[in-house]
Amino acid sequence: MAQRAIREYDGKAIFSKHWEKYFSGFHYGFKSVLVTNGDELRACAQKHGFEWLKQEALVAKPDMLFGKRGKNDLVLFKTAKPGDVTLEDAAKWIDEKIAHEVTLLSGQKGTLTHFIVEPFTPHSQDQEYYISATTVGEDDVLYLSAEGGMEVEEGWEEKVNEVTIPITMDDASIEHLIRANVPSGIPAENKERFIAFAEQFYKFYRDQNFAYLEINPIVMIGNDMHILDLVARLDDTAGFMMGDAWCGAEFPTAFGMEDQSPEEKAIAEADSKSGASLKLTILNPMGRIWTMVAGGGASVVYADTIADLSGNVADLANYGEYSGGPTTGETKFYADTVLDLMTRHKDPKGRDKILIIGGAIANFTDVAKTFTGIIQSFETYADRMKEHNTRIYVRRGGPNYEKGLKDIKEAADRLGLYIEVYGPETHVTDIVRMALEK
Amino acid sequence: MGALFTKDTQAIFWNNNASAIQRMLDYDYVINRVKPSVAAIVAPTSGNKFEKFFYGPDEIMVPVFRNTTEAAAAFPNADVLLNFGSFRTAYDVTMEAIAIKGQFKTVMVTAEGIPERLARKMNQAARDAGVVVIGPATVGGIAPGGFKIANVGGTIENIINSKLHRAGSCGLVTRSGGLFNELSNIISINADGIAEGVAIGGDRFVGSVFIDNLLRMERNPEVKYMVLLGEVGGTEEYKVIEAVKSGKIKKPIIAWCIGTIAKHFSSGVQFGHAGASANADAETAASKNEAMAAAGIYVPASFNDLPQTIAEVYGKLRSEGIIGEIVEPELREVPKVRRKKEFICTISDDRGDEATYAGYPISSVATPETGFGIGDVISLLWFKKRYPKWATDYLETVIKTVADHGPAVSGAHNAKVTARAGKDVISSLVTGLLTIGPRFGGAIDDAARYFKYANDRGMSPAEFIDYMKKEGKTISGIGHRIKSVRNPDLRVSGLKKYAAEHFPSTPLLDFALEVEKLTTSKKDNLILNVDGTIGILMVDMWRALGYSEDEIDGFIEAGALNAFFVVGRSIGFIGHILDEKRLGMPMYRHPTDDILYNVELADEI
Repeated sequence: MAQRAIREYDGKAIFSKHWEKYFSGFHYGFKSVLVTNGDELRACAQKHGFEWLKQEALVAKPDMLFGKRGKNDLVLFKTAKPGDVTLEDAAKWIDEKIAHEVTLLSGQKGTLTHFIVEPFTPHSQDQEYYISATTVGEDDVLYLSAEGGMEVEEGWEEKVNEVTIPITMDDASIEHLIRANVPSGIPAENKERFIAFAEQFYKFYRDQNFAYLEINPIVMIGNDMHILDLVARLDDTAGFMMGDAWCGAEFPTAFGMEDQSPEEKAIAEADSKSGASLKLTILNPMGRIWTMVAGGGASVVYADTIADLSGNVADLANYGEYSGGPTTGETKFYADTVLDLMTRHKDPKGRDKILIIGGAIANFTDVAKTFTGIIQSFETYADRMKEHNTRIYVRRGGPNYEKGLKDIKEAADRLGLYIEVYGPETHVTDIVRMALEK
Repeated sequence: MGALFTKDTQAIFWNNNASAIQRMLDYDYVINRVKPSVAAIVAPTSGNKFEKFFYGPDEIMVPVFRNTTEAAAAFPNADVLLNFGSFRTAYDVTMEAIAIKGQFKTVMVTAEGIPERLARKMNQAARDAGVVVIGPATVGGIAPGGFKIANVGGTIENIINSKLHRAGSCGLVTRSGGLFNELSNIISINADGIAEGVAIGGDRFVGSVFIDNLLRMERNPEVKYMVLLGEVGGTEEYKVIEAVKSGKIKKPIIAWCIGTIAKHFSSGVQFGHAGASANADAETAASKNEAMAAAGIYVPASFNDLPQTIAEVYGKLRSEGIIGEIVEPELREVPKVRRKKEFICTISDDRGDEATYAGYPISSVATPETGFGIGDVISLLWFKKRYPKWATDYLETVIKTVADHGPAVSGAHNAKVTARAGKDVISSLVTGLLTIGPRFGGAIDDAARYFKYANDRGMSPAEFIDYMKKEGKTISGIGHRIKSVRNPDLRVSGLKKYAAEHFPSTPLLDFALEVEKLTTSKKDNLILNVDGTIGILMVDMWRALGYSEDEIDGFIEAGALNAFFVVGRSIGFIGHILDEKRLGMPMYRHPTDDILYNVELADEI
């Protein structure tokens, strides 16, 4: 992964941490809290520095990476009239929202778990602006508009100025370019302020290694800046250079994504501790065709081919890869996990289970060594595999592949498992065809 | 024209990735390359000057440098940098390489997960400098029969099976490194192999993209058709479509985008690389495959049918006579069992008809009519170079000058005492030689070292004297027991005269004479002595011969100056030993009246 979304709260925390460095002259209060239930919010209000939760009118909304919260009726900013939400109102509203599953207009379904609570900011529409930055092709693009708020997407072409900034451009030229492209709709009294903010916003986005940063709207009241809504993605590959500049921001799973199963989590954990690459995604636990593929590219072509040739993508149970020279132990753990999952449910139509042990011709991975781990796993799961009428198809090339193929064939034969093995003379995905035609 | 690599291409390998380098050299040997494809290794933290690798049955030494700039200076023809730095260092390594003007044509970057902003800067800087970046996040590329990057192609057996040992007619471009091998294999089975192949890398921002590589292959006459293996995500394939439509690319292209599976899953599942995620309908594998087919690119019905499509296109080009017969080249075989050598010798060789000194047969240097003197032999065996006559004459002058200094000096005295104890020539000589060190004979080394140190740092003579005083050291090479300004040492006069007449220039001696002016103004006998003159002129000689300051420092550190004293004075010691034997002198016992005895009863503790 590279570009990963962070919570609105974390984005604002990063702004706050670096505010003086980039935006001195402007003021930003960073009055925000992130809570998971009403009691937590009530507890926050007792803490020093958070007295505003009891004193000011509040706004509460989910902070879970999805947008269009207003349209989804998930922003609490009034009970009777705008700006009358109390601490207790917000706490109750949050508890009510976490109690049941929510379906968004986009169709995403899930349970709300994280909320951001902030003061209500009375302001007029003409104090709202739009600003965002991202990468398009090889360049950065800064988007500026005199109109903020949800409506900006309607009429993007007319309302938004796009400022394309090449990666190698120096600061003086960037400032010049932004000044020349300031939206005409910005009132004269705010123009210089807006230009100064936009320049610094871009540098902040750039220096802090954001991949995407949007404030919509930003409310400018004199020199007071109110970041009403923020969306941000960080380039997580830059993490090693950033120290605590990112305030420990976490990268939550997208809303509506099913939580990872314990097996997927276990593989992810093994992956994080290993120099090799271990990936597992369960697509359909009831699926008939299970794969254990070495290499990222190969895992994609196997998935493609299974979907193409089976005619029913639901047959494909999992997607994943093991690569980068995993140890025998790591491969055994990976195989144990897949074989365990594969032998939990009988195929509803009573068909055989198919296990594809595939891979392209390895550059440097010792094939025999990785197969040793799979063979050890066969020993454990042979009986269960037979109960599910498992047919095994192996195709692999690379260093020591002859020994690997011979070993795995011998082991399967000895254990009474059905197996066919092929080397580089057979097309990489052709075992899928053979398995499905039989 | 148009080829990325040739059989003469040489690379500098950043990071001592021994197995990958060995695979390159094995490949070189098999395909009969004249020069190994790895000219040098850059390893910033290594203390080694070289690493040994097998080249066929033999071993070769590949020099190791601390940074790319030094390696490039030593190998100006190495125009490929194989950057195997980690995601933390790869950016800096590439930027250093790009900054070396005119050196690198290609930089391959293997690290995965370089921060995107750094990758973009790096790629742009390379484009501006006209350097092709392959990667990041790639296994590299290959020009079969010419040059192979690191682990591409895997084992030698697979390379030969996949016909990567000689040029075929296909240009191959993939994103994935893992499937690169697979495609090479498919193309070897269904056609005649590849002429050039590049895996462009899996990160979102890579240096050279599909179109860059395909346009180069369009210009390369060895390439008759291209195979492109794309991936879901991004719009790079559309640039290829444009080039085909506009006629910029006329050669047939066979293409397939992997990741058609992604259409079955709305979001969340990342199929493939970091760059592989469709943000718009046009970026899906299916859309790209359709668009490519519509543009006249050969697109199979599924990845499983790709081999058949390749066979068809190849068959057509073959029948049209566009692709001819390939003559399979003779290959050399890398021995299955190879043994590492325990010793290395780079100065002489006794394996041929006649033993050689640095390539010169002994008979060609031994007798007078060859014109070689002992100075020539020293220059060959000690420095592996043939020095000009003025320099070899200087070496001989030094040896003659230091050959002896009478029986009273400590080394000669020791040799004489040992000989009188009835010991043989070797034992007696060794006792004498063992006396040579910081106080006896060491002034040559120290004079060269300190005067050079001062001169290198631009100290004035006064500053140098001041510096030595602060360090609490007497100035080696300055001062004599008896000789003085008014009573000069004629050996020194002779050396200075010779240098003035024959050395191209003597900057360090000139500096030393300025120092002498100051020291003798304080005390008459603080003259530049013979040890100092020898050491200082040796530095001037090496400078005039074109050695770098680092190399000269290396000679001094290795003790080369001391070695001249050892060789020269051995002549004198042997003289004294033979003298003792000839005289039949008895065992020597030092007279007790020459010793101050001051022995007290030991305290009990």
